[in-house]
Amino acid sequence: MSKDLKITKGVNIPLKGKAEQLIGNADQPKVFAVKPTDFVGLFPKLHVKEGVEVKAGDPLIYSKDDNRIQWVSPVSGEVVEIERGDKRKMLAVKILADSNTSYREFPVESPVEMAREAIVKRLLDSGCWPFLRQRPYGTIASPDDTPKSIFISCINTAPLSADQDFVVHGQEENFHTGIEALKKLTDGKVHLTVTGMSTPSDVFKKTKGVEIHKVSGPHPAGNVGVHIHQIDPILKNSDKVWYLNPQDVIIIGRLFKEGKYDPTRVVALTGPKVKNPRYYKMLIGAQITPYVDGQVEGNNNRYISGDVLTGSKISHEGFLGFYDEEITVLEEGNEPEIFGWIKPGGNKFSISRSLFTWVFPKKTLNLDTSMHGEERAFVVTGEYERVFPFDIYPVQLLKSIMIEDIEQMEKLGIYELIEEDMALCEVVCTSKIPVQETLRKGLDLAKQELG
Amino acid sequence: MKFLHSIIDKVEPNFEKGAKFEKLWPLFDGFKTFAMVPGHTAHTGAHIRDGIDLKRTMFTVIVALIPALIFGMWNVGYQHYLALGLANEMSFIDNILFGAIKVIPMVVISYGVGLAIEFAFCIYKGHQINEGYLVTGMLIPLIMPVDLPLWMLAISVVFAVVIGKEVFGGTGMNILNPALTARVFAFFAYPTYMSGDKVWINTSTAEGQSVVDGFSGATVLGDLATSGTTQYSAMDMFLGFIPGSVGETSVVMILLGAFILILAGIGSWQIMLSGVLGALAMGGIFNLFAEYAISPEQQAFMAVPAWQQMIMGGFAFGIVFMATDPVSASQTPRGKWIYGFLVGFFAIMIRVFNPAYPEGIMLAILLMNVFAPLIDHYVVQGNIKRRMKRAELQTVKA
Repeated sequence: MSKDLKITKGVNIPLKGKAEQLIGNADQPKVFAVKPTDFVGLFPKLHVKEGVEVKAGDPLIYSKDDNRIQWVSPVSGEVVEIERGDKRKMLAVKILADSNTSYREFPVESPVEMAREAIVKRLLDSGCWPFLRQRPYGTIASPDDTPKSIFISCINTAPLSADQDFVVHGQEENFHTGIEALKKLTDGKVHLTVTGMSTPSDVFKKTKGVEIHKVSGPHPAGNVGVHIHQIDPILKNSDKVWYLNPQDVIIIGRLFKEGKYDPTRVVALTGPKVKNPRYYKMLIGAQITPYVDGQVEGNNNRYISGDVLTGSKISHEGFLGFYDEEITVLEEGNEPEIFGWIKPGGNKFSISRSLFTWVFPKKTLNLDTSMHGEERAFVVTGEYERVFPFDIYPVQLLKSIMIEDIEQMEKLGIYELIEEDMALCEVVCTSKIPVQETLRKGLDLAKQELG
Repeated sequence: MKFLHSIIDKVEPNFEKGAKFEKLWPLFDGFKTFAMVPGHTAHTGAHIRDGIDLKRTMFTVIVALIPALIFGMWNVGYQHYLALGLANEMSFIDNILFGAIKVIPMVVISYGVGLAIEFAFCIYKGHQINEGYLVTGMLIPLIMPVDLPLWMLAISVVFAVVIGKEVFGGTGMNILNPALTARVFAFFAYPTYMSGDKVWINTSTAEGQSVVDGFSGATVLGDLATSGTTQYSAMDMFLGFIPGSVGETSVVMILLGAFILILAGIGSWQIMLSGVLGALAMGGIFNLFAEYAISPEQQAFMAVPAWQQMIMGGFAFGIVFMATDPVSASQTPRGKWIYGFLVGFFAIMIRVFNPAYPEGIMLAILLMNVFAPLIDHYVVQGNIKRRMKRAELQTVKA
């Protein structure tokens, strides 16, 4: 039984620089990286040393907690650097790519005929396993669990996010093969949530043996957490729901159909500072330099792998994150603003009408990274609730995290949330509370104490 | 503007850690961030942020208070000259000028004393200066009688800031609305200056002037509580040509403020609306049972149409500007409806049943401030119970 979801609480931030539906051309980058920092709570261990030659699909690192979960090289080439930060924390394993990629070979098999154990093993071996994430906590799924359902959100409503109907174009067979594999992983259902605001792609509509739900409304309507909350909620920490992105289903499909790990994704290069925002075919872990060079205005910019709400800050020489489908470029708002709090503020985003941006509702905004104020105690109430479509009290939950009351956090529904679900609360917060960081602190605490 | 920026940059090192005026850093920081929003960028979480901050929020509330303030100043002058029988000879400007001479010192004292204490606390604790007092400082003079001696005002402010706010941890942590704490302090500490029929209109006379015969300085509520009738028409009450605390008399100006607050999304319309509903409910009940009251005065007071209760006294001002204070009100959406309704309900009940406190809204809001956390607690418990129930159902099914 499919269920149409109409989300009313939320807001679409009218950010300038939406990507045109074109695939641009750029030189292949020379350097690629696997970044352990893309994954929540991962303790990485090395499979390789600097100077080793690898093929695309050869393992580079594995998880200390479960050595079956490993990450593989997106290209063939030489391991040139293991980048480390404070306390020797591993930040990236960098590969200098060959001009022609050679792939590690996997058997070509139809997942329909494979047993569940064989599929799990293939996904683990090939480095595709980390695409599967779980709720609660947003961590990588455990190969020992069987989820009660799997969710694939085929709609992304975050500001300037990649249009899911566009990026899967022409990948129908791979997508459907991927879905067949996923269906074997759960005893429950596979849920596809598609846009209810326009016609969804045939790739999604023609998928068989899954539940398709139409979703409409402002961001965060496209967040998988919202869909899980409405369709198959997580009520205790032993409930496991897995989720992944449509483009990663395609990579999994490619693994079974073509017998190789080819992490090609269509990625949107967007943002107010991009001259010609459009899509590019990129490999996961690709260095962004060849894509952004000559495409960006000004030199006081922030490069973000992912969207502006949840993405991670990278440098001009940074790498595309493991789950990211956008590179967003914004101006850094590091100039103080004289009497900034008194100005009418028509060029700033606000859900409040105390700034006059609302006078021009159609205008797209050239926003920067300024905080527009300083952190304060909670004062204003009711603003989180306007952008938070969960049956959960957001402020009360955050307060319970701040006082580390684990029992109360659990009662208030922390298992249903990860950072992306509360990102808009953080954006609209008058008191500039670090909402996402606080929520993650609570999730870590709950995971550590209760598992 | 660059000039201001460069001055700030130049003096900043004097206040940094280890420098001469290290201890005064919160003060410097307060002035610096007042003059310019610092160029901080988002370093965790979302990379873009809403343009609003607490300064802007407080500033918007002050803008919403300005109509009531200006009208209050005019009305102070108008009532004064009316008492002297000179109202017809005085222009709009004369009234405003007289009012300004009376009201502006109150505003100055309120801000001066309040901010000085805030600064002292921030320096003592090494905290940043919070913006909360900007609104409180404007509210306090607006809810006091014009003839309250300034030193009493100052002491009330001290009490409100120290006991009402700082002992709980400052802005965002207080249980009671600080401005009402100031008023309730003055009310109980100096009752003769806060109630009766002598304090609402300034009747000081210059040479050759005298108060007109048969003058009464009682407020509408004072009249009703003692005699059951009032000399003022409903239209006078609505427009505000009546004696009362400085800013509370004109419902029109308060509605203008309410409009600004609701439009900006800063004041909770849920609290305002449910407060009005609560007042109508209590007023309606009184109307039904008016004839059973003991004394004829009380019968008359209870028979005042429910809608008229809302345009007299401080009800409108309280429900728009004080009950909606987000820190001391209920914080959950459902809680706001319950809280607002009860504020309105008790405000009318207290003012009618207890002639010693003709202004019920003050006590009603303070009472509900105390109960707001309890209301929220039960609202949140309801949400938790619902979640537990769902979890149990699921376990049974599985």
